[in-house]
Amino acid sequence: MLKTFSLGGVHPAENKFSAGQKIEVLPVPEQVSVPIAQHIGAPSEPVVAKGDEVKVGQLIAKSTGFVSANIHSPVSGKVFKIDDIIDASGYKRKAIIIKTEGDEWDESIDRSEDLITEVTASPEEIIKKVGEAGIVGLGGATFPAHVKLSVPPGKTCEVLILNGVECEPYLTADHQLMMEKGDEIMVGTQILMKALKVEKAIIGIENNKPDAIKHMSELAGKYPGITIQPLKVQYPQGGEKQLIDACIGRQIPSGKLPIEVGAVVQNVGTTLAVYEAVQKNKPLFERVVTVTGKSVSKPSNFLARVGTPLNQLIDAAGGLPEDTGKVIGGGPMMGKALSSTEVPITKGSSGILIMPDEMAKRGKTEACIRCSKCVSVCPMGLSPYLLMTVSDKAIWDRAEEEKIMDCIECGSCSFTCPANRPLLDYIRLGKGKVGQIMRSRTK
Amino acid sequence: MNVVLITIISLGVLGSLAAIILYFVAQKFKVFEDPRIDQVEEVLPAANCGGCGYPGCRAFAEAMVKSDDISDLNCPVGGADTMSAAAAILGKEVAAADPMVAVVRCNGTCENRPRITEYDGATSCTIATSLYGGDTGCSNGCLGLGECVDACAFNAMYMDEETGLPVIIEDNCVSCGACVDACPKNIIELRKKGPKSRRIFVSCVNTDKGAAAKKACSVACIACKKCQKICPFDAITVENNLAYIDYNKCKLCRKCVAECPTNAIHMINFPPPKPKVEKPVAESAE
Repeated sequence: MLKTFSLGGVHPAENKFSAGQKIEVLPVPEQVSVPIAQHIGAPSEPVVAKGDEVKVGQLIAKSTGFVSANIHSPVSGKVFKIDDIIDASGYKRKAIIIKTEGDEWDESIDRSEDLITEVTASPEEIIKKVGEAGIVGLGGATFPAHVKLSVPPGKTCEVLILNGVECEPYLTADHQLMMEKGDEIMVGTQILMKALKVEKAIIGIENNKPDAIKHMSELAGKYPGITIQPLKVQYPQGGEKQLIDACIGRQIPSGKLPIEVGAVVQNVGTTLAVYEAVQKNKPLFERVVTVTGKSVSKPSNFLARVGTPLNQLIDAAGGLPEDTGKVIGGGPMMGKALSSTEVPITKGSSGILIMPDEMAKRGKTEACIRCSKCVSVCPMGLSPYLLMTVSDKAIWDRAEEEKIMDCIECGSCSFTCPANRPLLDYIRLGKGKVGQIMRSRTK
Repeated sequence: MNVVLITIISLGVLGSLAAIILYFVAQKFKVFEDPRIDQVEEVLPAANCGGCGYPGCRAFAEAMVKSDDISDLNCPVGGADTMSAAAAILGKEVAAADPMVAVVRCNGTCENRPRITEYDGATSCTIATSLYGGDTGCSNGCLGLGECVDACAFNAMYMDEETGLPVIIEDNCVSCGACVDACPKNIIELRKKGPKSRRIFVSCVNTDKGAAAKKACSVACIACKKCQKICPFDAITVENNLAYIDYNKCKLCRKCVAECPTNAIHMINFPPPKPKVEKPVAESAE
């Protein structure tokens, strides 16, 4: 029997329409808007001013702390302005807007396609390089990668786990990356292993991608220490805690990080970015984005520059279908509905999902019938129905007792609820409040 | 017979012993409570709304009895009558606080502010705010999900189904501030009720630049500063692309109301029909 995580989980319809579509390089947009907050942590600080000439890969905003990330120009041209733009959720956010002129890359970037397998950089150099290149978790969480690689003193990392699960329905960006950039990901894995000083790496891939499992297993033979772990299809296996449980059978204690059980998890897309940063000196300014949906005429995987407006990607995939009801940034389970298609893609944009009208509506919320389905699917072993009630009634001490902060916001509870209750919305509200209370206590 | 007697006597002795012990314990651990607290609590409205800043009426009564200077304490629900009654019990002076009223500073009705997206998530303003800026182009304005109405314990608010905005029933509003705290967009403000309940305020909280604000909502404040210039009392400040009228300085002259190009400045409870008669006179004079 195939391995998977031990608690809960759901299996939504996979709908991987764009599977097998070759990664298409999207033309460089005429203008990009690069938000200065694209990662978890402190927003970066612009280091360019209006009118400055920039090249592709040039630093345009500097990280402002340990948990923060550099941002590099995705195009060459002139800084048009640094101003507030309306972001995907309709709020104002500061961004650097650059008008494109040509496509001139910074000289230090190696643009050749050659594979460089020999890792010469020392562990410290690797971590420094990853930090400088502004690499963040490309699975969607956008947590700065260099922070994860810096193992805190007193802890040791035993195993590196790579996330090739892509458990979100519809999305195929990581799948396609593994098929096309397998070798680069392998070398990237070697680099990460060196940085973490581990001998062992496991790449977890769900069983619905047999071609990727086969391809990666063949490649793994050439590189020491790397094994491929096929996994049973189960959402949310791409969650860090779930993936560790599935691959090595260890459970992370409540409120702790993966390093507690000697593991570090990185996404395969992030690993490729690490390869490019360390071996090719290329910072993170482009990524693979899946554009998909039931009525999309040409579901595709695009390699797009950060800051490209969404509608350019949608147009390249055959335009917005007439029956569009909702455009979602990310996958259907954890993604967010967008209020405009003029917003730019960021480092964390793994996909654009276009939902037809009849699938986009939420069902009518009805009373809880105490069926406890939400309890049985919760991968963290929580009681979502209870957390929703205590969040609604503002009983924060009880919410904390019930471990509301353990929620990974995977949405399995809302997905499975037969009464269409907005469980996750309320739990997220409660998490915010309880987090605030906990932080004020430690101050 | 003997058994009954022994029982009565032994229980009686035990009872009196316990009574004596309890008496001394009660004397030892006696907590003195100012009887005036009860008296003051008696005159308070017993709404326990928290509008005074204390958790409930009793806590407020305690605070009144304990503090020497009660001029900064105020029960907005009871108002001046209650406060003077309470002050009379305590023999203290109380400053007459201006009566306040909650004001909804958004006029983004369906007509003024076109809906550009549709929201079908949880019916909670706080949740909607954490998800996105709102179903219109204005990310500061009212979401219309009625969290303020739910928070109101005095039946002083309702949602106008036509406009999608909350409405304050002035006579019921006790200015406890529950709605002000409930609104995640900080749209509701407590303002001075004013003479004859007449007041003027900027009915907008949009901090976008003029063009963007106007595009999102036809009655938005566009920060043109015309009102600031015309105000003879320096009551208006424009900050962060938004005008604000200081209700302590405003003398209700209404010059700004006529000046505002987007009609974002509202006046309430002024007699409306008068200008109709005057208008032709003014025109002929020109």
